[in-house]
Amino acid sequence: MSRTIKLGAWPLLRHVVLLAGALVVLAPFIWMLSTASKPADEIYSSELHLIPHHFALWENLREAFAKADLWRYLLNGLIVTVSIFALQILIALPAAYALAKLRFLGRGPLFALVLFGILIPPQATAIPVFLLLHKLGALDSYAALVLPFTISVFGIFLMRQFFKTVPDDLIDAARMDGISEFGIVWRVMLPTAIPAVTAFGIFSVVAHWNDYFWPLIVLNSPQYYTPPLAVAHFRNAEAGTNYGPLMAAALVIIAPLVIAFLLAQRRFIEGITLTGLK
Amino acid sequence: MSDAVLTPSALALPRPAAVLRRRPLRLRGGAAYALVGPAVVLMLLMLIGPLCGVIALSFTDYQLGAPSFAWIGLANYQDMFADKTFWISLTNTLTYVVVVVPGSVVLGLGVALLIQSGTGLRAFYRTVYFLPVMATLIAMAIVWEFMLHPQFGLVNGLLRSVGLPAHGWLQERDTALLSLCVIGVWQALGFNMVLFLAGLVSIPKALYDAAEIDGAGGAWSQFRLVTWPLLGPVTVFVVVITGIRSFQVFDTVHVLTKGGPSKATEVLIHTMYMEGFEFFRSGYAAALTVVFLVCVLALTLVKARLTARQVHYA
Repeated sequence: MSRTIKLGAWPLLRHVVLLAGALVVLAPFIWMLSTASKPADEIYSSELHLIPHHFALWENLREAFAKADLWRYLLNGLIVTVSIFALQILIALPAAYALAKLRFLGRGPLFALVLFGILIPPQATAIPVFLLLHKLGALDSYAALVLPFTISVFGIFLMRQFFKTVPDDLIDAARMDGISEFGIVWRVMLPTAIPAVTAFGIFSVVAHWNDYFWPLIVLNSPQYYTPPLAVAHFRNAEAGTNYGPLMAAALVIIAPLVIAFLLAQRRFIEGITLTGLK
Repeated sequence: MSDAVLTPSALALPRPAAVLRRRPLRLRGGAAYALVGPAVVLMLLMLIGPLCGVIALSFTDYQLGAPSFAWIGLANYQDMFADKTFWISLTNTLTYVVVVVPGSVVLGLGVALLIQSGTGLRAFYRTVYFLPVMATLIAMAIVWEFMLHPQFGLVNGLLRSVGLPAHGWLQERDTALLSLCVIGVWQALGFNMVLFLAGLVSIPKALYDAAEIDGAGGAWSQFRLVTWPLLGPVTVFVVVITGIRSFQVFDTVHVLTKGGPSKATEVLIHTMYMEGFEFFRSGYAAALTVVFLVCVLALTLVKARLTARQVHYA
């Protein structure tokens, strides 16, 4: 008797609690959308209302795009994240293949170094890398944004674990066909590793699209600004005077990843929880 | 890294039998070195070199742009330990960690258990709670700033409407760090939830049936006897990961409070950033980095210890 009552009430209670929590979690997103859709006089009113009386999203967006070159910043974000990911793969995949499938002197120590490298947080190496780029005269450029991240020890580790599961027969057959070791990496190993590469790609792109620390350190010129830096700059320039366009700008900055996430949630969650392994 | 439960399903390929045959891999020295060459060079240049560099720098008085520098032994560390800002910064960082870790772990676990306890709208809830992890933190920090606006913010508006006093959340000493902690929990919760969900899915259903047969039928006793012990390794993992990430807190501090008001939100990485990249006292900033690094590596070691000791597996 008590059991049936419990079964009846529990699903409802579960939804009530989860929906209440969801409302709190979503509040900043809802408030951002609401504010971005309000004209200034409604934003600066002490009376709270969610739905704007006068819908001003387009005006606020237009003002945001007029005040800051948002297209440029989105493009910068794209250039930087894609370059980083492409170079990471180009460098990590051959190394991962060698670590997984070839025997050579120093393989053990090298793998130990990779594992050790995973433990180093990115902020720890910031000062010397900054000084190195300063010496090279490479600060304040795309190179400064991309170069330090071309090596992903985590990527090497991940792909090495994956390559371990690829049967040796496949590689032997490729060698028999006269494919070089380099050819094997790209023509045999890469195609088998597409799911792992995708997951790593999502992880890498999200991490670097959202990164604020490193671009803040190496950039001066607005022309190289990545989206987070651009929105922080926009906010400082407006100095809290104009929240409508600012919220519209924030909306534009988070939109690409959020939309991509909503379209492919499972893949994104898989990719991002990879950081959990880090 | 050994937590098999956390391996995303895309990567969890069944190990083909062929691998287990343990055929000796042929020595292909030349090709192997060519394949690992670029990675090794970049690793030394961008990771291992700088790591040694930062330790070495912490024993010098190097300042960016200075023509020369001298070895000054432990002077940076002595300055640091004598500096009140350093202790404030360390205390604030630890406070942030001590609030955000339990907050986001408990809430993450709670949400995961709730989601898993029924079948309706599972994907919807997972998506909603995960959204803050995805959204650019800097953009959302600015939204939070407006929500916490003393006059026109949502939070104070709601408080006033129920007759409670309003606060200048980010402007007052007592509430600034706490506000940043709330943002931290809000952002980390979904990430922890997903890790717990992965852990929950991997618990064999047979164990719950066995517990029920043994008389542990209630939700609480099932949680206490089955779920919690089996989630042990995942929990340790989540706690350490969240701890490491919380130690790195910087974005919200830099954009919202700049460490203020009167150092109430000064945290390690922000102090390091100011010293190293605003005042260009590279040597001193390097010493701060070393302290940060020691804290993070200590957490990692704790995790390695605990996971080695805890072997609850089905």
